[in-house]
Amino acid sequence: MSLDKEKIKHVAKLARISVDEAKVESLTKDLNSIFKFIEQLNELNTDKVEPLTSILNQSLRSRKDEISDGKIREKILKNSPKENEEFFVVPKVVE
Amino acid sequence: MADITNQSLNDIIENLKKKKVSSTDLTKAYIKNIESAKKLNAFVTTTFDQALDKAKQFDKKPNFDQLLPGIPLAVKDLFCTENIKTTAGSNILNNFIPSYESTVTKNLWDNGSFLLGKLNCDEFAMGSSNETSHYGNVINPVGDQLVPGGSSGGSSSALAADLTPATIGTDTGGSIRQPASFTGTVGLKPTYGLCSRWGIVAFASSLDQAGPMTKTIKDCAIMLESMSGFDEKDSTSINKKKEQYSKNLKDNIKGLKIGIPKEYRVDNMPKEIDELWEKGKKILKDLGAQLIDISLPHTKYALPTYYIVAPAEASSNLARYDGVRYGYRSKQGKDLIEMYEKTRSEGFGDEVKRRILIGTYVLSSGYYDAYYLKAQKVRQLIKKDFDDSFTKIDAILTPSTPSSAFKIGEKTNDPVSMYLNDIFTVPVNLAGLPALSLPAGVDKKGFPLGLQLIGKALDEQKILNIGYAFEKNCGFKNEIKKWWS
Repeated sequence: MSLDKEKIKHVAKLARISVDEAKVESLTKDLNSIFKFIEQLNELNTDKVEPLTSILNQSLRSRKDEISDGKIREKILKNSPKENEEFFVVPKVVE
Repeated sequence: MADITNQSLNDIIENLKKKKVSSTDLTKAYIKNIESAKKLNAFVTTTFDQALDKAKQFDKKPNFDQLLPGIPLAVKDLFCTENIKTTAGSNILNNFIPSYESTVTKNLWDNGSFLLGKLNCDEFAMGSSNETSHYGNVINPVGDQLVPGGSSGGSSSALAADLTPATIGTDTGGSIRQPASFTGTVGLKPTYGLCSRWGIVAFASSLDQAGPMTKTIKDCAIMLESMSGFDEKDSTSINKKKEQYSKNLKDNIKGLKIGIPKEYRVDNMPKEIDELWEKGKKILKDLGAQLIDISLPHTKYALPTYYIVAPAEASSNLARYDGVRYGYRSKQGKDLIEMYEKTRSEGFGDEVKRRILIGTYVLSSGYYDAYYLKAQKVRQLIKKDFDDSFTKIDAILTPSTPSSAFKIGEKTNDPVSMYLNDIFTVPVNLAGLPALSLPAGVDKKGFPLGLQLIGKALDEQKILNIGYAFEKNCGFKNEIKKWWS
């Protein structure tokens, strides 16, 4: 299948990346060449194959449900682009 | 004494032990090299003052019971380092100062080493030439205008140029082995789960693995031993006893069975690569190993599978960069959604955006089965190819890359031709296996070429041993003229 410009704009919207109108053309070309390459997989019949979901022959460990840290608000807020004492600050969401 | 910085890590440690050099003088020698190698652009951040303090502390109270006593080390800027800026080669992390240390770097420091600086890399480790870094191209010390490989390109360049005695990189599809091959150095991608992923900026979590990049196999064993180990903070970390890779290094490989996969002889492969492979086979055969022809029939599907799985995981992992809690935030954007979109558009480079879009698409409603599920099934077949072969053999020998280092700009206009660089390295990541790239020769231009040894899961010792025997008998010497200083 081929990706058209509208489809790419839709996917960019889903990915929360604004795409420059001037760049849509070249992006469409690049993505189509990549998908053409990827679609070689359609040569293979995989009807009876189980998908590989984990490379390790073990299920993921879960830790005990215990509090192991805390009181690190300052550390967490340290890198925020905009902060207000104890909160992350974002542009207005609701009018 | 003679220039200490062109010695192997192991020799440097011996010289420190014999008091022929102090950690302070060693650190100063590397700082001098780094300052005269700005043209290579291998470093994003340097931590000289801190390194000199640590070196002085070591010299006052030396402890030689550690694996890396008094050793300064530069590391890829994908490892979070406490209170030291960590960029992952991206504009979106241009101001990020972690409040924690990655487990792998912590392990290195706990073994006596200390940080010299952070090394440039492709943005979020997505690239094969270091050209996607926001912080500029890195130059391969092998030749001006040559790429150092990627994504651990700052690591390979710094190592080959004597700017660090050893280093670490990460390998999601070849990002340790391909740059090692391009610079005439040793690179190991360990078994998935051997080294903790905690505190490493994530790209594709089911494929990412940290590993050593060194001048010799012995150095590689020392570094692997230092950095690996179980970590409860990584849910995919393997809980097993620590191995003493350097102590157990042996060069007797008599009777080992080495698989030669016919599918790695690809169309249009340069004759030199084929000749190098033949040379490698002969060396191993002369050392008493047995060569066995094997088939890994799904090899050609590894790259297409990778370019679904890796972008899918990347699009999920990189969703966290939204300009809210840390990292870059766009000044534009009237509302929250627009702020997200502008931040991500301005913060990410073109290759990263491409991969996020691929990943978002293959995971989106209506396409998931056709792409992502399909890729997971083919990944199973690729793993099964290796499982079946490893019932009859000990290791596999292949070329590391389909060419030597190429020129800056040579492949940037064609993403697929750039991706093809990883054709021999990607299958190993999909199967979670360990693989070592060894310097093995040069092409007619004099640029280094590498061979790859692939092992069974957790069989690092065996491929290191084969590499050790190979290294002693190969006669490769990395002749790099310091044209940049």
